[in-house]
Amino acid sequence: MEKKKYFIYHDPRKCIGCLACEISCTDWKGLPFGIANCKIFKCGPEDHSDTPEMDFIYVSCFHCENPWCVEACPTGALSKDPSYGEVVLDKNLCVGCGACVKVCPWGIPRWDPLTGTMSKCDFCVERLEQGLEPACVTRCPTGALTFVSAEEFVYLKRRSWLSRIKQRHIEALEAK
Amino acid sequence: MDRKKTVYTICGMCTVRCPIAVEVENGEVVWISGNPHDKAMGQGLCAKGIAGRSLLKDTERPLAPMIRQGERGEGKWRIVSWEEALDYVAQRLKTVIDEYGAKAVLYSDRGGPFGELRKSFLKALGTPNYCNHDVTCAVSVNHAALSLFGFGRKGLNYDYRNAKHIVLYGRNMLESLRVKTAKALIEALDNGAKLTYIDPRYCVTASKATRWWKIRPGTDYALNLALIHIIIRENLYDQKFVQNWVKDWEKLAAFVEQYTPDWAEKETGIPADDMVRFCFEVAEDAPHVIFHPGWMRARYRQAFYEARTTYLLNVLFGALEVPGGLFFTKGPKEAGKKGLNPVGVDIPQVEEKRVDGAGWELPHINAGPGLLHRAFEAMRTGRPYPIKAYIVHRHDPLTGLPDPEAQVEAFKNLDLLVVVDVNWSETSWWADVILPEATYLERDDLLITQKGLKPGFRIRQRAIEPIHDTRPGWWIYLELAKRLGKGRHFPYQDIQDIWQAQLEGTGVTVEDLKKKGFVTLTDRPIWFDRENELPFKTPSGKIEIINKRWEEAGIACLKPYEPPSSPPKGKFRLLFGRCGYQTHGIWMNNPALHPYLRENRLWINEKVAQDMGLADGDWVEVANGTYQRRMRVYVTKFIHPEAVFMLHGFGRTIPLQTRAYQKGVADQRLEEGLLHVYDPAGGANALCECFVKVVPVKED
Repeated sequence: MEKKKYFIYHDPRKCIGCLACEISCTDWKGLPFGIANCKIFKCGPEDHSDTPEMDFIYVSCFHCENPWCVEACPTGALSKDPSYGEVVLDKNLCVGCGACVKVCPWGIPRWDPLTGTMSKCDFCVERLEQGLEPACVTRCPTGALTFVSAEEFVYLKRRSWLSRIKQRHIEALEAK
Repeated sequence: MDRKKTVYTICGMCTVRCPIAVEVENGEVVWISGNPHDKAMGQGLCAKGIAGRSLLKDTERPLAPMIRQGERGEGKWRIVSWEEALDYVAQRLKTVIDEYGAKAVLYSDRGGPFGELRKSFLKALGTPNYCNHDVTCAVSVNHAALSLFGFGRKGLNYDYRNAKHIVLYGRNMLESLRVKTAKALIEALDNGAKLTYIDPRYCVTASKATRWWKIRPGTDYALNLALIHIIIRENLYDQKFVQNWVKDWEKLAAFVEQYTPDWAEKETGIPADDMVRFCFEVAEDAPHVIFHPGWMRARYRQAFYEARTTYLLNVLFGALEVPGGLFFTKGPKEAGKKGLNPVGVDIPQVEEKRVDGAGWELPHINAGPGLLHRAFEAMRTGRPYPIKAYIVHRHDPLTGLPDPEAQVEAFKNLDLLVVVDVNWSETSWWADVILPEATYLERDDLLITQKGLKPGFRIRQRAIEPIHDTRPGWWIYLELAKRLGKGRHFPYQDIQDIWQAQLEGTGVTVEDLKKKGFVTLTDRPIWFDRENELPFKTPSGKIEIINKRWEEAGIACLKPYEPPSSPPKGKFRLLFGRCGYQTHGIWMNNPALHPYLRENRLWINEKVAQDMGLADGDWVEVANGTYQRRMRVYVTKFIHPEAVFMLHGFGRTIPLQTRAYQKGVADQRLEEGLLHVYDPAGGANALCECFVKVVPVKED
């Protein structure tokens, strides 16, 4: 995999909330069952003027450029690797104090009761080194997850937002 | 031996059988993904498929042959050798056959392409009583296809990827998952296809739909009759296609005249204007439209007619044998190649009549898989003749068919109940002998034919050797055949012999198949000439509105609509369904999947809940007959007020399944008295003809 800043892009229109990403992560990373470094949140169904709306949101580490968790970690277990932009946790150094999750604005790191340490997404860097993609992306059955450069990530997100806005306007006109 | 290898095989976590790639390192499975050689599949896989690795290490399964000690259902077992278990089964089968004849042996499995050896085994024994699970699945859909086209439902498949409008009736395609189908549907939607989803309950598929019709439960047939009425009245149908291929068209046109959209609005709750608008919209996209006839349609007594009219909507729009519509599935023959050879040699035809009446008492019912609920009735009554031995192969009637209590009562008349499974099925707990099959990652299976636009063959090959004292199914039946004096029909030492026999003369080798997990017999998709050469198998060679086989059995092909009864006060129609990360109640106890779904909740309409003083998360008691259980409610606007809904597969009763034991509520136990309620024209159980009482209770 070419070395540059990456993100995992999630397309909610293609996501069916099947949890393949979560179970893929658990399976590949050997985490305890029911615990994964990524998470699917189901929003809805909610009522929008008698029309139901339901969406899925994929949440995983944002791999900040200036990660607060790295600064807060007292043992140096967390570090920012410039290779692919990943924030990595060395479980051998982690003492399970939870400082990282306390400072993380989204509460991303998870507790791994098997090892008594924290656990977080590292883009499956061991897979990237082999030219593969992160486990969650590889096994997403509908192509809702893609591993893309930071530039493409921003482009995809903006395009998705614009298409939604556009669609709503068209629908609003038709309703009149 | 290779320390590292990739094995291309077929998933076994559900009956979809997706192509998978399994990576093995030092004899251990380290990774399972979709088979990337199959472009329609890719590396994506569903949660259940990915959880396959956890199955290998799950010890809450039968891991060695067992013979029952104590009473049936007491859960006392003696672990025995395969030798002893097989000798015991063979000897008990012999006793039954000597006393009652081979026809007293009943068998059921989940159907599918791997079953050929099992069917040959039964034929060699001399019993006609093979059944599959289809009475609680698609048997009525299959008969609907037979009655129109002369071939079953698998004679047609769907080109979702190129469709412009897809219409689904409760076929929750994005949760009752086939990975390839879900992927194709999402792609079609991404390309601008429309999706109309019809279901009394909202779900993930509805959330992606252009239009969701919250139809009144049990009224699909009314909707379809009105749609056909509109399409004919407004001249929206493909006249050329209809003229070419439909027999007795005018009878259909005359029949639907009475079924106006205004009438259907009262039945279904769908506004008449919406129906008309929908028909015009679909007509614009025709023939690249798909009305899916249904998969699990074993819900209402009119299932046959629901499916039949759904097929007819495709016919009206000329959506047969076109890209983006339905296409004829082609086999090796159509590719100009030789197909796989049958397994088993010189096996005489079985002349006995089926115990369930299929093919004689019920001449319209396909005698292939029969009707399992009718076989249970025979087991109970001894008529038309007794059933004394029952072998259940990776099928769980006590979970799948309604009213397990009534089934267990019928089992009391059995001298022998054998279960072959990889899991503790609910049925296995009542068995006399359990023969644990090796998991799909640890076993080979028969080669199978893949029909489609590009027909081919597929292989399931073991990725690793069995970890526990389990055996592949083919071995079990070869061993039983030997012990029952039928070995001469199966001259195979091992799976290689079977594969060789299957492939003889095809020009394809096992090595070819192992390379990618499949072999395609043609490079180009095969399309028939849709104007001149569509091979319908009916006597007239056309699509038959009036089918003699049904009419002669006293069943009208154009049956007047009968409205479903409304639930009595305080009761609701019980609907059930699935989610994307569980399967038919098979993996409720799987260690990787269980944490995501520990219990089911009861969906109930918001207004109804308000009247009952129920808020989201409150507790209720759900009851029907003698079964009553407590569960929490999920209060939502997005379910029809006549209905309540729960996910299927809960309320497991086997204590050895510690994770799932007694968690949640079993819908099939609420379906008391429904074992023998079925669609007379199509044969399927009518699982949703069930009303349950719901009473608010204090927290559990």
